Amino acid sequence: MRLIRRILYFFGQRRQAADLAEEMDFHRQLLEQESGDRYAANRKMGASSLAREDARAVWFPFRLDHLLQDLRIGLRMLRRSPGFSILAILCLTLGIGANAAVFSWIEGILFRPYPLVAHQERLVAIGGTARDEPRGTPLSWPDFQDLQRNCTLCETVFVSKITGTTLSMGDRAERTSGSIVSANYFDAIGVPPMLGRGFLPAEDQGQSAHPVTVISYQLWQGRFSGDPQIIGKTERLDGVVHTIVGVAPEGFYGTFVGWRMNFWVPVSMEDTFEGGGYKLEDRGARWIESYARLKPGVTQAQAQQELAAISPRLEATYPATNRGRGIRVWPLWQTPFNNAATLLPTLETMLVVVVCVLLIACANVGNLLLVRSFARRHEMSVRLAIGAGQGRLWKQLLTEGLVLSLFGAAGGLLVAYWCRHALVLLFPARGGVQMYLPGELDWRVLALSAAVCLATTLLMGLVPALQTGKIDLASSMKMEAAGVVGGHGRAWVRSGLVLVQVSLSFILLVGTGLLMQSLLTIRSTSPGFNARGVQYTGIDLVSVGYTPARAQSFQDELLERVRSLPGVESAAFSRMVPLSYVSSATAPIVVDGYTPPPEESPTVDYNEVGPDYFVTMGIPLVAGREFTRADDDKAALAAVVNETMAQRYWNGRNPLGQRFQLKGRWLQVVGIAKDSKYSSVREKPTPFFFIPLRQNNLRGGVLNLRTPLAPQTMATALAREVHALDPNIAPYELITMQEQLERSTSPQMVAVTLVGVLGGLALLLAIIGLYAVMSYAVSQSTRELGLRMALGADASNLLRLVLSRGLALTGAGVLLGIATALLLTRLLGNLLYKVSPRDPVAFASASLVMTLAALAACFLPAWRATRTDPARILRD
Amino acid sequence: MGNDLLPGTLDMLILRSLARSPRHGYGIAQHLKRISEDVLDVGESSLYPALQRLLLNGWVTAQWGASENNRRARYYKLTAAGRKQLATENKEFGRMILAIQKVMSCA
Repeated sequence: MRLIRRILYFFGQRRQAADLAEEMDFHRQLLEQESGDRYAANRKMGASSLAREDARAVWFPFRLDHLLQDLRIGLRMLRRSPGFSILAILCLTLGIGANAAVFSWIEGILFRPYPLVAHQERLVAIGGTARDEPRGTPLSWPDFQDLQRNCTLCETVFVSKITGTTLSMGDRAERTSGSIVSANYFDAIGVPPMLGRGFLPAEDQGQSAHPVTVISYQLWQGRFSGDPQIIGKTERLDGVVHTIVGVAPEGFYGTFVGWRMNFWVPVSMEDTFEGGGYKLEDRGARWIESYARLKPGVTQAQAQQELAAISPRLEATYPATNRGRGIRVWPLWQTPFNNAATLLPTLETMLVVVVCVLLIACANVGNLLLVRSFARRHEMSVRLAIGAGQGRLWKQLLTEGLVLSLFGAAGGLLVAYWCRHALVLLFPARGGVQMYLPGELDWRVLALSAAVCLATTLLMGLVPALQTGKIDLASSMKMEAAGVVGGHGRAWVRSGLVLVQVSLSFILLVGTGLLMQSLLTIRSTSPGFNARGVQYTGIDLVSVGYTPARAQSFQDELLERVRSLPGVESAAFSRMVPLSYVSSATAPIVVDGYTPPPEESPTVDYNEVGPDYFVTMGIPLVAGREFTRADDDKAALAAVVNETMAQRYWNGRNPLGQRFQLKGRWLQVVGIAKDSKYSSVREKPTPFFFIPLRQNNLRGGVLNLRTPLAPQTMATALAREVHALDPNIAPYELITMQEQLERSTSPQMVAVTLVGVLGGLALLLAIIGLYAVMSYAVSQSTRELGLRMALGADASNLLRLVLSRGLALTGAGVLLGIATALLLTRLLGNLLYKVSPRDPVAFASASLVMTLAALAACFLPAWRATRTDPARILRD
Repeated sequence: MGNDLLPGTLDMLILRSLARSPRHGYGIAQHLKRISEDVLDVGESSLYPALQRLLLNGWVTAQWGASENNRRARYYKLTAAGRKQLATENKEFGRMILAIQKVMSCA
């Protein structure tokens, strides 16, 4: 009932107010008649406007009208001082925008990376663990099946392993990525194909027995022009004709952070795409990357516990392949086998950075508001004097802050909206394909940004609001607006704000310095091969349907032609390129004469390479020989091991001529190569070996060239040779190993760029803050400065005076920054390479930059101080 | 002044003064003043918020009418719910006064 009356009152508000005014007026008149004294009546009645407000407040205790009134005042204040407003709103736009953008990246890349996939909050990544493999390993298919059978806490478990193929789009070849998935995939993620079907349980079995594929909506639209009769048509994928059984819905990009998937094939097709033989019955072949959706209410720790209990059973039953291996659960945002893992440290760092930027922006705006609150001291005093409560003034100041931060938030969301897909621009395209790292501006991001906006309002609004608490009514009324005294407390607050700004931007400078140093270290680390003089390209013979024998002869002929090209020093094929995402082949080995400790089942990565590979790559051989054309399928099986492998498994003995077993075949070591980098520049020396391409009947799709020529020149010549052999084949883009090296360190590059840019902005904001405080201090102390001059201080004295004040403030800020940075830089952890988070060089250079910036910021105010005219000051 | 009354008492007093006949705001104030022999002098700053409270609770209704000297005045009238409320408050008040008296006389 009360609510209905309130609502009725609300709609009759204007009449109600008139009624109230009229009846109070009537009351007053009668009172006046009674006493015959108008002033007595007024005295008795008190402030009638206040009474009217109180009466209305009975109906609306939450004072919507006050809020609206404050909003109006806030807007009017903004219009009245556009310079202030623009500066403040820009600061806040930057601060809130940076936050919202990073929130949207974190949401779209780490927390809900897979559009359309159901219940992502319960998805976890599942992989294997092994000694010396902190980042986890893939699983084997038999292990995965055991896990699938035994995981009672999981609603569903499924495989999604990235792969790729070449599609000819008209007359050009285009690389596209896809996933090898378990048959339950589309059911498990809750994304039914929009046309056709998903995979059938039987399609999980048999070697390349089920050439069926589900294609993406984009592929369907682009390549097949949205053909409604697409189901049942065929497409050649990696040399095998696949039947298209389904089309995924629009907006579904698969389950891999970083790239859009365009096709899906069942696990039984794995060896068609990956090579290396049939793996579905091989417990030692680890290639499975999988996810599980936990049942509602199941925690990750519980799931981990259950899965951890499975691995000892596997170890006991299959010691040869599973010794020392476990199963591990990762939250989605720590998924080790996609770009979530590489971006996580960057995004974590960004979160800290943007919070710093926001705080700096808040401090700046707080400072501006403080100056303005000083100018409005008189207004506040008057309002207090005519009966506004302290609380009412606070409300108004906070509302004004809210108006500012609402504008800032609106601008910020616009910035975030523009930047939501910006992260990807920092990554170089690979093979002409751009990565896909979308930000997601969903309600969670909006809610969080709103929270940030409110926190901002409180932070900024509080500063001047606290100041009103100090207004001494009587003296302030008397002194008018000119009162400079009482500025002392305020000066302290302002210096405090600048202190915070300086220390925060110092922290960002240190972070930038550390990241820069580690990037330089990474870039100057020798990868162990010749990066500058080597180029590579891919030539996909499988997609065009070459048989192994035909591919072999094509490669031999091409090699002959390429070697005779001017400028080519040597050339060799290999199966994979170092430092690429495609992981090296990995397999358990048995070394003659080496007894592994009980916890270890020796597993080593390897690459298949052609003759002249080591010469071409510039990897020196320490002993023995490299592969020649004689190392073919008729010759004895050979291998070249690296130094670390020699060291670990032959422990001081000369491995040359020794044997080890790979997939049941014995290989003889014919050479020892120097260590180089295989999957990451940051890796520690790892055991690795090479086997001849020709003895393994594998596709060596990578052509490595050693040449001093530019890739563009080379590419034309190469394309001509390839076309001469087969006009249907086009090589991919030719890139230098140096470029490959830089691509592989792009997460570091991205981190440096982002932290650097935001750190620069933060520094700028802090300098503006420092400048504002120093100019204000100088303008407020002209009297003191004039007196000093009159008493004989010269320009350099005053310059020194002002500069030293600014520097003292900066110094204190830097000290605070050092203390905080020493605690914070550890968070950079994984992004740093061979650089201590407490590296003195980074700290020293950050201090230097900060000091120089501070000097620059203080110089103008200081110079202005020296221009003080003592005569005028004394006269005034 | 009405401000010095026990909280809620003013509302009760207003209800009581409307028990016999509808009155306008000024009339209520005058009534209270006269009956209390000038002890209760209720100003508009407490009277009108109190009247709004009563309106909000549905204990009184307001209607414009002509005053004694034929001017437009807003008359407040007790509703059935208001009468019930008055009875309850009256009883409660009696209990309270008794209790206070007991405490005060015992010390």
